[in-house]
Amino acid sequence: MSDAPVDYRPMWTELGLDLEAHDALLGAVGPMYANAYMAQEGRPEGTGYFDFVMSEIHGLRIKELDDFRKAGNKVVGTFCLYVPEEIVRAHGAQCVGLCAGAEFAYDEVERILPRNTCSLIKSFMGFKLGKVCPYMEESDLVIGEATCDGKKKAYELLGELHNVHVMELPQMKRERDKEFWRAEVRDLISKLEELTGNTMTEETLRSAIKEVNDKRRALQRVWKTRKADPVPISGKDALLATQIAFYDDVPRFTQMVNNLADEVEQRVADGVGVAPKGAKRVLVTGAPMSIPNWKIHDIVETSGGVIVSEEMCTGSRYYDKLVDEDGATMDELIDGIADKYLDINCACFTPNEGRMEDILAMAKDWNVDGILHYSLQFCGPYQIEATQVERVAKDAGIPILKIDTDYSMEDVGQLSTRVEAFLEML
Amino acid sequence: MWLHDGRVVHSEVTDTGFDPQSIVRGFVSREQHDAVVATGYGRHVARELLGCQVVTEIKAYARGAAHLFPGAAAVLDIGGQDTKVIALGPGGSVADFEMNDKCAAGTGKFLEVMASALGFTLDELADAALLADSGIQVSSMCTVFAESEVTGLVHRGVDRGRIARGLHESVVKRTHGSLKRTGAGMPLVFAGGVANNRAMIELLSTTLQSALLIPDNAQTVGALGAALSHAD
Ligand code: SF4
Ligand code: SF4
Repeated sequence: MSDAPVDYRPMWTELGLDLEAHDALLGAVGPMYANAYMAQEGRPEGTGYFDFVMSEIHGLRIKELDDFRKAGNKVVGTFCLYVPEEIVRAHGAQCVGLCAGAEFAYDEVERILPRNTCSLIKSFMGFKLGKVCPYMEESDLVIGEATCDGKKKAYELLGELHNVHVMELPQMKRERDKEFWRAEVRDLISKLEELTGNTMTEETLRSAIKEVNDKRRALQRVWKTRKADPVPISGKDALLATQIAFYDDVPRFTQMVNNLADEVEQRVADGVGVAPKGAKRVLVTGAPMSIPNWKIHDIVETSGGVIVSEEMCTGSRYYDKLVDEDGATMDELIDGIADKYLDINCACFTPNEGRMEDILAMAKDWNVDGILHYSLQFCGPYQIEATQVERVAKDAGIPILKIDTDYSMEDVGQLSTRVEAFLEML
Repeated sequence: MWLHDGRVVHSEVTDTGFDPQSIVRGFVSREQHDAVVATGYGRHVARELLGCQVVTEIKAYARGAAHLFPGAAAVLDIGGQDTKVIALGPGGSVADFEMNDKCAAGTGKFLEVMASALGFTLDELADAALLADSGIQVSSMCTVFAESEVTGLVHRGVDRGRIARGLHESVVKRTHGSLKRTGAGMPLVFAGGVANNRAMIELLSTTLQSALLIPDNAQTVGALGAALSHAD
């Protein structure tokens, strides 16, 4: 990554990044990627695009966003799946995901956040305080959401450093919550109108809905090929595709993922896989995994297992459902968007039975041998909900391993032993 | 450990020290063999070196313990750094298991640190615990916090034997919780370095209301299981 042909330093400096710290970050991510990804055998050729995107993660893509903004457009950063990308795009703006997956500048973070805050929150705060995230700095507005308490409070602090709008999210999914959320989505529309100076039209909205649905359809195609044994693509590469979906150019990404889908569908037809037929098939469920968090996938797949599905925000929750494209009026279209987003099964909701149903259905359809529940330390919602997930898995006779971890690498040895023992047991 | 037709022909315990590669090489060249299986923390190092099969210590302990005690329902292994609880399935398979988290709470290391905080050897710690008629509760499970708690109790003049007993009781309580969560049945095989500790054996069997199955050579149960699993 350091020997990028183009010198992006002037751009990074202009964005206010701390170049030295930024070098340290890229210097760490490069080898992590090489170890986790380039060492894999039999990858589909279509993953070459992801390698390219990763090698230009802070280069070319940032340059594109930079040019886009310099042409008078706006970029919006988000942390959570509940922020509707369609609405952002219908205003002529672009969305980028800001969730961070690495420890950075924790010493500074711990001056304002308690040590026992989940890695995800600490990480995005660290990227901001350490001045290393160009996506954050390219975001004219950051949209937060009132999901877990940690994020709510952290957004208040982030708001002192950046332009932040927080969407309030209901915690239940009753009729009146639906009404509330539909109104909240409309408030976002006013906010974005103000930010961009653009008014969305039925036409821009329809085309945004179509574009984002197409992205989901492409990801669904790849996801469905993972039902096959042998599995045509590694869990690691599938996870990477979803991670990149959060910030890449939408039509281009969709095209590339469709190309990949053509290839992996062909692989299934030919019986070609990345792991031997009969390799133990694992479903991972839990909290999101943002770049460069490939820890669990790497452990499972270097221990001889394959991950065939992710029930998480960097997984099926991102692409399994589509927004209704047939709304007759602007209002119907907006409601359709609000309703699809409220239908995401996140542990911040109570109750969250939909998630249990999704897990069981997926375990069956993807022919899963075992479930791995992944949560981050100090994350109440997922750590507690693990109990219910464990119960439904056991009742269905599916073995489950619960892992509580963070972004550090110190427990990798111990986790490998647990994962290997789990795979041996299946 | 060398097996022939399922019988142990030779066994040895060596410290892998700072040069595990040459220790492992020397070790396997000592006796003739057709195949090698490696287990334990350094199993992958051995695999790279010898191209051998590897199994986790979980599977190895399960297999070894079930071989030594065919009626066993579960295995508890408390070693220096970690604690494992394994509920056994048919034929020494693993039905469920649990390992402690990153820290040393409840392991052999915990008892070692506490012994030195009390000015005891490990044996003295166990003896003192057995002699005391009741334990004093030590609430911290974290090795660092428990050490200062113990130092505080000593300064207040609390009897060292009662503290020693309390420390063992807290390890037993933690272990018991983990046995319950895993659904481990009885009888239980107790292995690992801490299985030599008399106070642990007595307090644990009282809590579980069941006699414990203790292998003669608690340190080689894993090696035995690994060697046996080659035939599987
Ligand atoms: S887990 Fe919940 S709060 Fe976190 S990104 Fe997903 S939907 Fe948002
Ligand atoms: S992982 Fe848990 S604690 Fe962390 S941001 Fe997500 S919901 Fe909140």
